[in-house]
Amino acid sequence: MIPAAFEYAKASSVEEAVKLLGKYGEDAKVLAGGHSLIPLMRLRLAQPKALVDINGIKELDHIKEDGSKLRIGALTRHVTLQNSNVVKDKLPLLAEVAGEVGDNQVRNMGTIGGVVAHADAAGDYPTIALMLDAEIVTNRRTIAAKDFFTDIFTTPLEADEIVTEVVFPVANGPHKYIKFRRRLFDWAIVGAAAQKMNGGWRIGLTNVGSTPVRAKAVEEALQKGAKPEEAAQQASEGLNPSGDLRASPEYKKHLARVLTKRAIEQAG
Amino acid sequence: MAITTMIGAKIHRREDPRLVSGEGRYIDDFTRPGTLFLSVVRSPHAHARIKSIDITAATKAPGVVAIYTHKDFAKVIAGTMPAAPAFVAEKKQIPPRFPIADKEVAYQGEPVAVVLTETKYQSTDAANLIEVDYEPLPAVMDLEHALDANAPKAHSNAPDNVGWDLTYIPEDANVMKEADVVVKQRILQQRLAPTPMEPRGVLAEYSRPDASMTIWMSSQNPHFIRLFLAGALGIPETRIRVISPDVGGGFGSKISPYSEDYLVPAAAKLSGRPVKWIETRTESIQTTTHGRGQYFDVEAGAKKDGTLVALKVTQYLDIGAYVGTFGAFQACACLLSTGAYNWKHVSARTVGILTNRVPTDPYRGAGRPEATHLCERMIDLLAEAIQMDPAAIRRKNFITEFPHTSHFGLVYDSGEYEKAMDKAMEIAGYEKLRREQEEARKKGRYLGIGISSWIEICGFGPSAGTAPATGGIALVESAQVRVFPTGSVTVYVGTHSHGQGHDTTFPQIVADTLGVPYDMIELRHGDTAEGPAFGYGTYGSRSLAVGGMAVHKASKKIVDKARKLAAHIFEAAEEDVEFDQGHFYVKGSPDKRKALGEIAFASFGAGLPEGMEHGLEAVAYYDPSNFVWPFGTHIAVVEVDAETGAVDLQRYIAVDDCGNVINPMIVDGQIHGGIAQGIAQALFEEVVYDDDTGQMKTGTLTDYMIPTMNEFPLFELDRTVTPSPTNELGVKGIGEAGTIASSAAVINAICDALSPFGIKHVDMPASPDRLWNQIKASRGASHNGKEARK
Amino acid sequence: MKHKVATTVNGRRHEHEVEARLLLVHYLRDVVGLTGTHVGCDTSQCGACTILVDGNAVKSCTMFAVQAEGKSLTTIEGMAKDGELHPLQQAFWDEHGLQCGYCTPGFIMAASYLLSQNPNPTEDEIRKGLEGNLCRCTGYVNIIKSVQSAAKAMNGSKAKAGEHSAAARRS
Repeated sequence: MIPAAFEYAKASSVEEAVKLLGKYGEDAKVLAGGHSLIPLMRLRLAQPKALVDINGIKELDHIKEDGSKLRIGALTRHVTLQNSNVVKDKLPLLAEVAGEVGDNQVRNMGTIGGVVAHADAAGDYPTIALMLDAEIVTNRRTIAAKDFFTDIFTTPLEADEIVTEVVFPVANGPHKYIKFRRRLFDWAIVGAAAQKMNGGWRIGLTNVGSTPVRAKAVEEALQKGAKPEEAAQQASEGLNPSGDLRASPEYKKHLARVLTKRAIEQAG
Repeated sequence: MAITTMIGAKIHRREDPRLVSGEGRYIDDFTRPGTLFLSVVRSPHAHARIKSIDITAATKAPGVVAIYTHKDFAKVIAGTMPAAPAFVAEKKQIPPRFPIADKEVAYQGEPVAVVLTETKYQSTDAANLIEVDYEPLPAVMDLEHALDANAPKAHSNAPDNVGWDLTYIPEDANVMKEADVVVKQRILQQRLAPTPMEPRGVLAEYSRPDASMTIWMSSQNPHFIRLFLAGALGIPETRIRVISPDVGGGFGSKISPYSEDYLVPAAAKLSGRPVKWIETRTESIQTTTHGRGQYFDVEAGAKKDGTLVALKVTQYLDIGAYVGTFGAFQACACLLSTGAYNWKHVSARTVGILTNRVPTDPYRGAGRPEATHLCERMIDLLAEAIQMDPAAIRRKNFITEFPHTSHFGLVYDSGEYEKAMDKAMEIAGYEKLRREQEEARKKGRYLGIGISSWIEICGFGPSAGTAPATGGIALVESAQVRVFPTGSVTVYVGTHSHGQGHDTTFPQIVADTLGVPYDMIELRHGDTAEGPAFGYGTYGSRSLAVGGMAVHKASKKIVDKARKLAAHIFEAAEEDVEFDQGHFYVKGSPDKRKALGEIAFASFGAGLPEGMEHGLEAVAYYDPSNFVWPFGTHIAVVEVDAETGAVDLQRYIAVDDCGNVINPMIVDGQIHGGIAQGIAQALFEEVVYDDDTGQMKTGTLTDYMIPTMNEFPLFELDRTVTPSPTNELGVKGIGEAGTIASSAAVINAICDALSPFGIKHVDMPASPDRLWNQIKASRGASHNGKEARK
Repeated sequence: MKHKVATTVNGRRHEHEVEARLLLVHYLRDVVGLTGTHVGCDTSQCGACTILVDGNAVKSCTMFAVQAEGKSLTTIEGMAKDGELHPLQQAFWDEHGLQCGYCTPGFIMAASYLLSQNPNPTEDEIRKGLEGNLCRCTGYVNIIKSVQSAAKAMNGSKAKAGEHSAAARRS
């Protein structure tokens, strides 16, 4: 299928991108990897009047160690995260998750900034960002992940605001991401992440609601010494997932519990 | 004298260098000067009345050349689209179907208008500007209640939703009483989208001065399309040329004529410009015919010792909004439902139901996968009921005497069912697997072993059997063999190769029959301007058993004539001339021999025998004496994760018998692909509609789940060879076998795995959520991971 | 509004004026005239349109032609060199890794990227590396074999893909 026509401009700096977005207003979209946007445009479910192509902004493609933090440029591709020695060393969970996004072709194009800004509850990075208290940096402010994912496909980003960086804490203890799906390249039916960090556990869930979920009840139970199997029973607490073709709400809640248990048990 | 140097050899495919180089030529690779692009405006509703169509805005859109609706097409397209009466004699209702809707739409995706533009991109833009005002009507979506008195009607002027209702053999309740155990099961066959990787497409060019039409399209049977279009467009067949070039898969979905096959040529005629339409993937899933879409109510009875007694089958088939051209063929599931076994009695009834979904039509296997699935499921249910090993109950009841006449009067030509099962069990290590299963269960792991012993009717087909089904045209096959003066040979066939490798296998047959080097033989197909007057196409695993035999028969005519000429040249009696390895000689003088090529040269020269015509070419039509009946046994090994319902298909073993094998590499490839499609049905694929709105929910490959290579194990293949007595080559079909066998093997394995939970039957697709629900139900309300009762 | 796009496709430079919304796959097929790259879906699933962009496998239906400005593109037509099939092309032929052939160019391009990153992939790595390509004909068995065979040939193993096949092919 064929996308509707749009105006197109390339930005070579963040300032230029912001200026262009300001010029086109609400109907403009940022084009990064394009792997969520372009299929939607082909189906004409998205019909932006203008695209601002940020792929030429070199400064957005970086992975920097910064003390106890890992600063990931928004344009960093999944493949780069997957293979980065720095990421494998400082936040191996992120490298693992990157390798589970889409397929090789998708990973060669898709970006972490794109996934985060798209804020699909089925996206994998938002779960990691939320559970690890990552920060989303834009051209004008820094937003805590817990304040960033406000609803499905909804963030506090203004029309002329773009994500420039995602800042994660360093965490290289035991970790695991289990992405439950029927075909290897599918979205998660449900995903569960576990990361040992600062003596405690961080637990995150993908696709069990309108936003990513941090399973604090599980974290607390583990803190109190509960066994993984017991603690994981808390994973579905407060969840209100919607059903879809692949899973009923009840099944998603069940998967949240089972996958949480397995992620903790398999974390290495 | 028979020589077999090429038949049976693993010859690599001739079409591959082109296809691996990006030089295949599929429908969208063709264009003509001045081509317009056509987009179809389709109904978003399952059932609605068209109140008005407003084209004002679209007319003004850039590049728009024409917009046509029903009233325009009614001027150039005559009659309705064909629906073969097929194997259902008591047809009750065939709703008339015109390629484009007039006042009422009956399925989501039915064409309502078309727009023609200068460029491809413009056509999508303009189509979006056409405003159709619909009045939604109640839609028939629920197959189980579609025959209720108060059910909505699929067509507002129809009396009810019964497409057909036919009892092949009535029930004899007395026979069922002889059974010690009777099992009953409703078995679902979900709707499937065939989804060839290349969607459909049509390019048409009309010449006004010549009053002739040339059509390029992605089709499995261009001759039938020409026949249908000749009637509808009022152009004689001699002035319609249909070319089906490289075709990116069909699987049955490119047999029947579609709306666009009429609309695109008609638009070319109306506009005076070449017109091209290429289906999008969403259009493909929404509007290309679906397969399956049935449910069966089945009862089966057996004696305590495993002797099968009676089978009672009722098929409820979702026809869709119109009867597919070959849609009624799927009723053959009833005729094959007894499978590889002797039953004392069988009763069968098929009910075709009109709904507001896209029509169903043949999809790989078409009726036969459904038959195998229900039969093999019932066998396993009976085995479970009498606590007999699934292999033992099969062994006890296999048909062993051939030819075997079935309850329905069909004659199975040959088979050694037990031999194939034994071989499959040996490869699988059946006894060892059973022990592993036992051990695993003790550890709370659920392994399952599923057997599917399948049979198939294919090689369509004998004229007496098929002509009534097609409305008069028998599904025989034609071939033309032309020998050129220097001895090279071109073979024209009426079948169409779209992945099956005929370009390679048919010349293998000719090489052996004529004794001409394989490299001197070319195969041509897919162009109605070439070869015999009519060809019958490729589907129903017929190309080799019928088309290959036509090629063989035409080649033999060549040998016969060449022998006469050779005798004349040798000044010998015809009966004294031998033909061996492509050479003629007089008995006793093999040194003085002449190659077929030399005789060919002579046939174009002077001094032919009195009355002999020049040249060396022959046409043959082959009408088989029977269908052919391949068979085999497949075994699937699965592990079910009882906590999540996820199925891990660990091994898949297939032992198949398609009679003599022309090219083992190609046969194996066909089996691989067939198995994958059956597994895909068992575990992944399903077309889902919203029953309230009639909207399809699986319109992209995100939601319609074609598996990737990560979802299959490497299949373990072997074969037995039981030649068919039906034809001289001893061959049977193999194109659909894998699909016919595999869904049952996988589901039987899953049911076997879950038997500790008391689960006896699982419907398709066996998705994790479905299995989890069943496991949960069997465990009661508990969901805290306590393992199953033993 | 049209945009200038200059690319190198299979080593040849091209310059065209295109609409911003022109998908890269349509640029290759309809503008450059290379029809070996196919379209099989609308949603970036099937991989039939896979090409290499600066050596990386990309689905050309999910990229605009304007994004390819200044890039070097390789399509299936650029794989054979001097009339010799690329080892992957040869291996797909030898191992019967294709039937209808429609998905094949995408598979070969995706596999060529995979082997560029991992010259000796295990069976599981091949499966994972080609997860973004769908085939409806082969059940994938022979595609896996084809990639294994090509990897061997490209690594200079004695079992050259061309040798064993030449005898069997008899052509």
